[in-house]
Amino acid sequence: MFEAILLTVITASTPLVIAALGELVAERAGVLNLGVEGMMIMGAVCAFAAAQLSGSPYIGILAGIVGGGLFSLLFGFLTLTLVANQVATGLALTILGLGLSGQLGEAFVGLPGIKLQPIVIPLLSDIPFFGRVLFSQDLIFYLSVALVVGINWFLFRSRRGLKIRAIGDNHASAHALGINVIGARYLAVMFGGACAGLAGAQLSLVYTPQWVENMSAGRGWIALALVVFASWRPWRVLAGGYLFGAVGIGQLHAQILAQNLGIVIPSQFLSALPYAATIVVLIIISHNRRTTLINTPASLGKPFVPDR
Amino acid sequence: MRIELEKRARVSTLFSLLSPLLALVLTLVFGAIMFWLLGKSPLNALYVYFVEPLLEIWSLHELAIKAAPLILIAVGLSVCYRSNNWNIGAEGQFTIGAITGSILPVLYPEWHSPMILPLMLVMGMAGGALYAGIPALLKTRFNTNEILTSLMLVYIAGLFLDWLVRGPWRDPQGYNFPQTKSFQIEAVLPEILSSGRAHWAFVFAIAAAVALWFMMRFMLKGFEVSVLGQSERAGRFAGFSARRMVWFSMLLSGALAGLAGISEVSGSIGHVQPVISPGYGFTAIIVAFLGRLNPLGIIASGLVLALTYLGGEAAQLSIGISDKVSRVFQGLLLFFVLSCDTLIHYRIRLVFARTKPAEVTG
Repeated sequence: MFEAILLTVITASTPLVIAALGELVAERAGVLNLGVEGMMIMGAVCAFAAAQLSGSPYIGILAGIVGGGLFSLLFGFLTLTLVANQVATGLALTILGLGLSGQLGEAFVGLPGIKLQPIVIPLLSDIPFFGRVLFSQDLIFYLSVALVVGINWFLFRSRRGLKIRAIGDNHASAHALGINVIGARYLAVMFGGACAGLAGAQLSLVYTPQWVENMSAGRGWIALALVVFASWRPWRVLAGGYLFGAVGIGQLHAQILAQNLGIVIPSQFLSALPYAATIVVLIIISHNRRTTLINTPASLGKPFVPDR
Repeated sequence: MRIELEKRARVSTLFSLLSPLLALVLTLVFGAIMFWLLGKSPLNALYVYFVEPLLEIWSLHELAIKAAPLILIAVGLSVCYRSNNWNIGAEGQFTIGAITGSILPVLYPEWHSPMILPLMLVMGMAGGALYAGIPALLKTRFNTNEILTSLMLVYIAGLFLDWLVRGPWRDPQGYNFPQTKSFQIEAVLPEILSSGRAHWAFVFAIAAAVALWFMMRFMLKGFEVSVLGQSERAGRFAGFSARRMVWFSMLLSGALAGLAGISEVSGSIGHVQPVISPGYGFTAIIVAFLGRLNPLGIIASGLVLALTYLGGEAAQLSIGISDKVSRVFQGLLLFFVLSCDTLIHYRIRLVFARTKPAEVTG
């Protein structure tokens, strides 16, 4: 029972972790992309469609990553090349993504999905309890853990990561030092898009292997909140992602539990829990103005036009 | 090839007027391509989409019905965005406004008094304003990002409405449909003209737009909004309070979204049901930007976006294009608006060859 709950928590948390990690890199580079929800749903529809057409969920994963990455280029072009307002452009990306995915996915509504099968790692998966939970998962879960480790190393241990953080904290100085601000930001935005796309692929290939319109159901926005919660640190994204995922799964189990005990809790109230929890967490994390200021990349959301 | 931006010495008036039109034209061109890809005749599809709804009296009424909530919400949002407060939860404030406004007709269906309608409208506005007050409180008190909190509240409002109409507010004689009793006649927002369904919400929308235009153009408060939006620091030197501006803009936009909500329920639907909006609160964001955050411009852009809803329905019926195309249109439109706005502040140059750095002499 406990093991089963843990497995569902992992499945629910993985897309949040992945999408938030991608957004974290973009925000570390100073770009606030509010289009996570849109990129995620585009990733979900691309992944589902590609898996259906090719018969392979791995092609689906690839399509999700590419779809999310390409879709984010639209945001990159507008905000980086044309210096459009990042908040408004991010919203546009979400609105367009939700519309476009509905249109693209229309042919796939109601089709049985292709579920990504777990990869059982020999020996490790024989460890009682933890082995089953952690080492017989699907590829996307392993990727999510690798991404946490990799991004943490990249941002804080590598030269390029240092440059990314420099750009996010002061783009004018970074530019003066000869760093290609716009180029690096394009890459960061595309990485964010690819991650959101991968998270979307997880939704339509693992979490609920089918295509439903608006199936991201606000997870992109929760991922955005997660980045703030994690104060722009990869390990905290992992922890926070599992906390949010646990709240989401917890409410499902609470519904069943309440039913069994004969207590009447309207299902809508429990469904609202993840959203309410997000608000509460945001309050706790941002009430200290000073620590928020220290953690936030200083150039976040600010437009940059290189002077010549 | 590279794209370079060069800051204009002053804001281009020409492009301020031209950019929304340019965006519209680009959207239409892309729309034509999209219809062509879907295997439809592009010209015929565009005609069905954007011209046919304008040719009949009844559809003009429908246009006014759809434009009213868009304009009401968008003019409120324009004040928010101008003052740099990013309320994107208008959809939730719309929903809560519809709920609080409907308390009287749902709980007192036997009360037949001319008082009921004005009270409903006031309660709807109060509900919307209170709901927008939550992100305002969190922003001013706890420094919480209003974008995320206002959006989370949209989901919560939707679930609350769903619970109400399936639970306590459900009409017992409603054949198990999740909806309330139909409102008594006194609680229904009357039609403006006898020729069609368009109701008073459209008048409210125009009045709100004109009033806010006046405020932004001629009143100190409007100046305060623009100054604080462009530079909080400059605003502080002028003695303006950013904190009070958060409250003002959020409560104002919440109240207008709430008014839109109760007007929609009372005027167009006639009862409360689980889904009361085809995403007006989000589409209004596009309306606000297409109208260049100017209340009078928003009247025009509200009508344009209303047309995409109507055209979507018409195209679905007559040429079998899914109504989801409307969402795509709306998203594209916002993209083009935002990119065309660059032309107002910058000159765009295409650089084909890599420019050589100037030679250092001496």
